[in-house]
Amino acid sequence: LGPWCSPTGSPAPLSCETGCGEGSWILVCRLLVPTQVSLLSMEEDIDTRKINNSFLRDHSYATEADIISTVEFNHTGELLATGDKGGRVVIFQREQESKNQVHRRGEYNVYSTFQSHEPEFDYLKSLEIEEKINKIRWLPQQNAAYFLLSTNDKTVKLWKVSERDKRPEGYNLKDEEGRLRDPATITTLRVPVLRPMDLMVEATPRRVFANAHTYHINSISVNSDYETYMSADDLRINLWNFEITNQSFNIVDIKPANMEELTEVITAAEFHPHHCNTFVYSSSKGTIRLCDMRASALCDRHTKFFEEPEDPSNRSFFSEIISSISDVKFSHSGRYIMTRDYLTVKVWDLNMENRPIETYQVHDYLRSKLCSLYENDCIFDKFECVWNGSDSVIMTGSYNNFFRMFDRNTKRDVTLEASRENSKPRAILKPRKVCVGGKRRKDEISVDSLDFSKKILHTAWHPSENIIAVAATNNLYIFQDKVN
Amino acid sequence: MKGRGLGRQGVPAAGSSGRFDPRVRQMMLSKGLKRKREEEEEEKESLAVDAWWLDPGHPAVAQAPPAVASSSLFDLSVLKLHHSLRQSEPDLRHLVLVVNTLRRIQASMAPTAALPPVPSPPAAPGVADNLLASSDAALSASMASLLEDLSHIEGLSQAPQPLADEGPPGRPTGGASPGLGALDLLGPATGCLLDDGFEGLFEDIDTSMYDSELWAPASEGLKPGPEDGPGKEEAPELDEAELDYLMDVLVGTQALERPPGPGR
Repeated sequence: LGPWCSPTGSPAPLSCETGCGEGSWILVCRLLVPTQVSLLSMEEDIDTRKINNSFLRDHSYATEADIISTVEFNHTGELLATGDKGGRVVIFQREQESKNQVHRRGEYNVYSTFQSHEPEFDYLKSLEIEEKINKIRWLPQQNAAYFLLSTNDKTVKLWKVSERDKRPEGYNLKDEEGRLRDPATITTLRVPVLRPMDLMVEATPRRVFANAHTYHINSISVNSDYETYMSADDLRINLWNFEITNQSFNIVDIKPANMEELTEVITAAEFHPHHCNTFVYSSSKGTIRLCDMRASALCDRHTKFFEEPEDPSNRSFFSEIISSISDVKFSHSGRYIMTRDYLTVKVWDLNMENRPIETYQVHDYLRSKLCSLYENDCIFDKFECVWNGSDSVIMTGSYNNFFRMFDRNTKRDVTLEASRENSKPRAILKPRKVCVGGKRRKDEISVDSLDFSKKILHTAWHPSENIIAVAATNNLYIFQDKVN
Repeated sequence: MKGRGLGRQGVPAAGSSGRFDPRVRQMMLSKGLKRKREEEEEEKESLAVDAWWLDPGHPAVAQAPPAVASSSLFDLSVLKLHHSLRQSEPDLRHLVLVVNTLRRIQASMAPTAALPPVPSPPAAPGVADNLLASSDAALSASMASLLEDLSHIEGLSQAPQPLADEGPPGRPTGGASPGLGALDLLGPATGCLLDDGFEGLFEDIDTSMYDSELWAPASEGLKPGPEDGPGKEEAPELDEAELDYLMDVLVGTQALERPPGPGR
C-alpha cells in the first residue's frame, strides 16, 4: 500500500473497517527538546547530528522553558521546527531512508538548535517582553540554506540555517590552530584548499523586524510571492518586505478611536496559498474577514465576511468566548478555510459567507462544563488546527493529551492520545473514547477524569505524507501511518 | 495553570473568593450548585421574568443558569477582569472577552435596561444593590479610563505621521514602539475598581486580626485565636487561608498605586 494521500491524487480513505484511523497510526518517536541545561553540554559535541533519539528520550527533567509553543514542518517535510517558551528553536531533520534500515523511515533527529529570542526588558514601560516563540513559518527553499521566520510577542526574526561540511586549510599567515605566524618564517606561499570536516549546522539571524507592534503578535504568514510576509497582533496587521526591516506597511487596523469601544480583537491571520493579494484574518467574535490588497492600501474594509448565525438553543453567557476563533488555515488548494473555536472545527467554502460547509465537534461533552472551564481559564485556551496534504483530513488537539482527526470524505473521526505510557516505538495507537454519561465502558474515560492541564495546542502534518507531529508540553511526538 | 478537574462545577477556584459580601461569599464557597429538584423548579419560574435579551418566551431561558449562578458568575468575571488589568501587559483578547461576558451577565441581571456605558443601578435579585451598583459603575469607569490611558500613551510615543504624498501604498509604521499598559497608568485606574466601593465592601469584615497593634508588643503575646467576627460566623467554611488571600489581594492592589519595579 502506498501512502494514504498524495498531494495531487484523490485521497484514499483513512481507515478500512472499524472507524477513522483505528489501528492505523503508530508512534515513530518521542522527542524531548533538549533542556536548557543539557544544551551547554551538547554544544561541546560539535556534531549535533550525532545525538540520537535515545539520548533525548532519556531526559527526564524539563523546565517550563521547554514547553513547546509552536510546531511547523517545512515545505518538503524534511525539516520540523519547534519553538518553545524559553525562546529556543529546535529543528529536527528526517532520517534518510536506507535500504538496510527501512524501519527507521519517518524518524526525526535533532538538526539544529539555537536561541531565537531572548527575554527583553522595555525600560520605557517597565515591561518584560516574553521570549516565548509564538509562531514559526518556513520560507520555501531556494538554495542550499534553509530560512525560517520566528516571532515572539513583539519581534519577528529571519533565520538562516546552513550546513558547513568543508573548511579551508593551509593558510599562509595562520597555523593550523589559527595562531598568527611570524611573517619572517614564511618562505613559500600556498593556496588554501577546502577539506571535508564534520558536518556543522549553523543558524544566523539575517533580519530582525522590530518595533512595529504595540500589541502581542499572534500570527505570521509568508506570502506566495516569497518577497513579503505579514505579522498580525491583536489590533493590527503589518506587511513586510523581507529585505526591509525598518519599515512595514499597516494593512489592517481595527483599533477604535476610542478604546472604550473595543469589543473585538484579531486572533489569527494567513495569506492565501496562491493569490498573493488575498489574506484572511479571524476575530474573537468568531468572524473571518477575507481581504484583497488590490482593493485598497488599507484593508479595513473586507472583501468577504464569514460568520455563522448563533444557534439560539446553544446560547449561554459563554457563547462569545467559545466562538472566538483561535486558528485559521487555508486549505492547500486555497478553496477552503478552516477555523478552530473552543468546541468545534469548521470548514468554510470561500464562496459561501453565511455559514460553514462542515462543522466537526471536537469535544462537545465540554459544553455543559463551560462554567468550570471559565473559572479555571481553560475556556481561553487557543487550539490550532491543520490540514493534511490532500485536504481530506483535518486534525486538532484537545485535553488529556488527546488529539482528534476528522476525515472529510468518510465523515469518520478518531481520538488518539499522545502519552508517555503508550509510547513504545512502533506501538499502534489505540483510539480513545470519552464517556459522556451513563455506563462507562472498560476503555473509556469519563469527562470528569480528564486532565485539563494536558492540552494539545500545537500539531503539524507533513505536507505530503501521513506523518504528524504532536506537541504535548515539552514532548514532541511523531506518528506515522502504519504501512502494511 | 494547575491541572484541575471539574469536580466543583461552577464554584470559583480556591483563592478567588474576592467578593466581600458575606451572602455572596457563602454562595461561592458552597460546594457546587446542586440543589434539590423542587428548588430548581421554583428557580425556573422566577426566571421567566429575568430572561436574557428581554425575551421571556425564549427557549434558552428554560435552560438558563439560575439567577444565583449569575451573581457568582458576575463576581468571578469581575475578579478575572481585575486580575487581567493587574497584568503589566494585559492580554487584550482575554480582557475583551471577559468584559463582553461581564456585559452579557449584567444585561441578564438588569432586565429593564439596555446596557448603557455607565449603567444605572439595576434591581438585581439576591445581590446587595450597593455591591452591584458600585462595582458596575467602577468597572465601566475603570475600563474606560484604562483603555483611554493606553491609547494616550500610544499616541504620545508614536512616530510622526508620514507625509501625505507617500509613494508606496499603505501606511508605513514608525520605528517607535507605542506601549500598552504601563504600571503607573494601571495603578490609579485599577485602584478605582475598589476605591469607589471600598468602604462599603469591607464593612462587615473583621480585620482586627491584621491590625498591627496586635502583633507589635511581644509581651502581650500573640493572639492566635481568631476573634470571631461576623465574617467568621456567617461563613463557617471560610478559613484563615482564604482570609490571608483576601488580604494579599488588598495589599497587592495598594502596591499598584506605588511606583512599580521592573518585571511583570
